[in-house]
Amino acid sequence: MTMLHTVNKSPFERNTLESCLRLAKKGSAVLLFEDGVIGAMQNTKFSEKVSQAMSDLSFYVLGPDIKARGLSEKKVIDGIKVVDYNDFVDLTAEHNAVQSWL
Amino acid sequence: MKFGIVINEGPYTHQSSDSALQFVKAALGKGHEIFRIFFYHDGVNNGTDLGVPPQDDRNLAKEWSELAEKHGLDLVVCIAAAQRRGMLDADEMKRHGKNASNLSKGFRISGLGQLIEAGIQADRLVTFGD
Repeated sequence: MTMLHTVNKSPFERNTLESCLRLAKKGSAVLLFEDGVIGAMQNTKFSEKVSQAMSDLSFYVLGPDIKARGLSEKKVIDGIKVVDYNDFVDLTAEHNAVQSWL
Repeated sequence: MKFGIVINEGPYTHQSSDSALQFVKAALGKGHEIFRIFFYHDGVNNGTDLGVPPQDDRNLAKEWSELAEKHGLDLVVCIAAAQRRGMLDADEMKRHGKNASNLSKGFRISGLGQLIEAGIQADRLVTFGD
């Protein structure tokens, strides 16, 4: 049983990303979208935490939401895969359940 | 695969309705079935027919209506959330003695049981909110 966790808030605004990283089980996936894409950026105080979590979890970030915020895919933390809405649908289908961290 | 979608936020106040719309379009494009879209809390405001956004902006209520018509989607607005926020269809208008109704074409008003059913019938339930 694997779960897709979606996080749509910046870690600077809410603690949903931290809660998600604390509670997600090994082998689960995390999709960062909407303001959650901030959590995928390099050189923030949360970057290290996300990088460390990669040993247990796979990370994805929604490309259109990076673009909409004037951010660059080049600044995404190494190991996080940039995806589009089609991939978002595939991720929900590939995992047994979706947990939306709101 | 069958998808159930929950939308908890209104249009233009939060991205959730836009995100859900893009997700649903992508899912339909991939041949998935959308079992139901349930509009809850402020999400019921996606069902108003009276919004007139500027011409160069997207009209989310209209986009939902048109998508529902094209693909036969079941758009359900939570009745308790809708009544609090002044979202009425013609029947509810009469029942409450109001002089106007505003529910867009393709939407219907029903209860929370519809959300529970979507959770049971759909293979995946995806929530968009704040």
